[in-house]
Amino acid sequence: MKENPETKIKVKNLYKIFGKNPAKALPYAKEGLSRSEIRKKTKNIAALRDINFEVKKGEIFVLMGLSGSGKSTLLRCINRLHNITEGEVYVDDIKVNGLSHRELLKLRQVKFGMVFQHFALLPHRTVMGNVTFGLEIQGLPEKERAEKGMNAIKLVGLKGWEHSKTTSLSGGMQQRVGLARALAIDPEILLMDEPFSALDPLVRTRMQDELLKLQKRMKKTILFVTHDLNEAIKVGDRIAIINKEGVMVQVGEAEEILLNPETNYVKRFISDVDRPGVIRTETIMDDPQSAYSVDSSPQEILDGMERNDTDYAFLTEDDRFVGGVMDYDMKKAAEENKPVRDYVIKVKTADFVKTIKDILPQIIDSDYSVPVVDDDGNLVGEVRRKHIKRILQENV
Amino acid sequence: MYDALKRYVNRRNLIAISPILLAIALSMLGFSLVDSLPYLPVEDFGDYLVEWMDTNLASLFNFINWLIEELLYYMKGLFIGQPAVVVISVFMGVGYLLSGWRLSGFILISYLFIAMMGYWEDTMITMALVVTASITSLVAGIPLGVLKAKLRAADVALNPLLDFMQTMPMFVYLIPSVFFFGIGDIPGIISTFIFATPPAVRLTELGIKQIPQEIAEAGRAFGASRLQFLLKIELPLSMPSIMMGVNQTIMLSLSMVVVGSMIGAAGLGEVVLRGITRLQVGEGIAAGLGIVLIAMILDKITKNIWVEDITT
Repeated sequence: MKENPETKIKVKNLYKIFGKNPAKALPYAKEGLSRSEIRKKTKNIAALRDINFEVKKGEIFVLMGLSGSGKSTLLRCINRLHNITEGEVYVDDIKVNGLSHRELLKLRQVKFGMVFQHFALLPHRTVMGNVTFGLEIQGLPEKERAEKGMNAIKLVGLKGWEHSKTTSLSGGMQQRVGLARALAIDPEILLMDEPFSALDPLVRTRMQDELLKLQKRMKKTILFVTHDLNEAIKVGDRIAIINKEGVMVQVGEAEEILLNPETNYVKRFISDVDRPGVIRTETIMDDPQSAYSVDSSPQEILDGMERNDTDYAFLTEDDRFVGGVMDYDMKKAAEENKPVRDYVIKVKTADFVKTIKDILPQIIDSDYSVPVVDDDGNLVGEVRRKHIKRILQENV
Repeated sequence: MYDALKRYVNRRNLIAISPILLAIALSMLGFSLVDSLPYLPVEDFGDYLVEWMDTNLASLFNFINWLIEELLYYMKGLFIGQPAVVVISVFMGVGYLLSGWRLSGFILISYLFIAMMGYWEDTMITMALVVTASITSLVAGIPLGVLKAKLRAADVALNPLLDFMQTMPMFVYLIPSVFFFGIGDIPGIISTFIFATPPAVRLTELGIKQIPQEIAEAGRAFGASRLQFLLKIELPLSMPSIMMGVNQTIMLSLSMVVVGSMIGAAGLGEVVLRGITRLQVGEGIAAGLGIVLIAMILDKITKNIWVEDITT
């Protein structure tokens, strides 16, 4: 089934219906009846319908939705903690919903590490006992378990706590134990079910940062469930939004979703997101419109300004950005026949990856668009003030 | 006034009140419900059932009899066969390990007190009986509790049985016990078993059912087999509840000791019974005090077995 070698998880036409008689509710779910109508008719709950997506190897894929949307259910369909009603779930080449019980156990033991919202630690075990739980299930000998467990504990920064009881730890530390338990088995896939939702805001931010740092080294395939769009944007390479009917309404990168919300549901969803803090200059910049070599003549530049209806121009030297010039200066230069170079004003530039929020002070201070340069200092584009205005306005 | 009346006159209320009106009318005509019902011979059925079991299940009862006799013999050897010093110091040691020197001291004083009252031997017999009864109850009760938590059919089947065992007055068990097992310690233990098993079953079941869903999911998510799940997740996590069941079973066993003495079980219960029947109040009080003391010892020991493990 695997068309793309980079695909790690693939879900096709997945339906999940809770209740005593899913077969009765399934046709209604396919017809598109609402959850409440289906519930009234059949007493079953249509949790997920017609879900299709692929997760690439090494990416953090966020499942995002309000509570009750079915996002956690979907996560549990991947390792078959829930059996799906219809459809297919693939991990690599393996069809998860076609496995025997024994095969399924083996798959869970080696491929999946799971992290839970309320940590789900074993209260009767120490930190080490919890971290090595998965290894114990695999049947590894004691010595190997201790070694791998210790590595995982170091990885999450809990060295020195391995003999503590988990019940005496803070929430953040407990979730580190949860993460270490998942990492100890060195799984290919991490399933994270709202892992940071139960933590204090400060601790949450820190855990997000550390997860991203770890991920840079580990390159696991991560399926991350959250109801917090800001979190989704921060950690997710791609985000899938599930609406309250259990339908996946949009999948894409954060900026894609913010700039082009496909449905009203998504629009409402993203309305309170800090868009200027997410959208990067790279995404909204235009090609540099009036950029000239410093060796051009003033008249050349003036003509260009007139064509583009601007009163300034950017200057480059061997493609490297050197600054800007104003139209009145160019007029003066043309009259007095002086080189353009004498009139160059310094202009602050922006990096590719800076967000709108980062360059806002520059925009307010200057009359120019903001020139965008790459790592070598080459001018690659400009962010125009009217684009920024649009994004700021839409945000309100 | 009329509106208020109207509020109460409706179909539901009429249906509810009509049998009462009918009954009043009938009794006015001299009708008596109780007298007019046919007699249902449940007591004959009870007799018949016990008789049937006695003839058809004799080999089963013989086997149970043998099993308990062996266990009791072993326990008696443990408690009575040893010098008092050994028994007391073992208990003190256990008490010290579980809770500290306070419990250890309490055990020492209690046992010395019992010995000085002159009931050492009776007390040790009671101990042997209680421990035997408790062990049989727990060996049956805990697995049944696990089964009940996991299997809906077992749950449905066991519930009425457990209710029956717990609510039937315990004296009722004595008669058939004597029927099947004769007079002495064994029928006493059997009656105790019936009475003391339900809490072990119920609290084990409760412990397993109370496991947080996320922790159960964690066990499954890491690929635990059913046996691993039981041994590494369910049993350890329900241990506090199971230990409470152990505690309750032992306490109920103790309360059966006196009743059991009516059909010939030995020990402190026998002394209390003797006190009652001969109106020797002092003897009854003294032996009763002995029961209270060993109840406290066993209670404190069993309560501390798991608590200790959790907090440190």
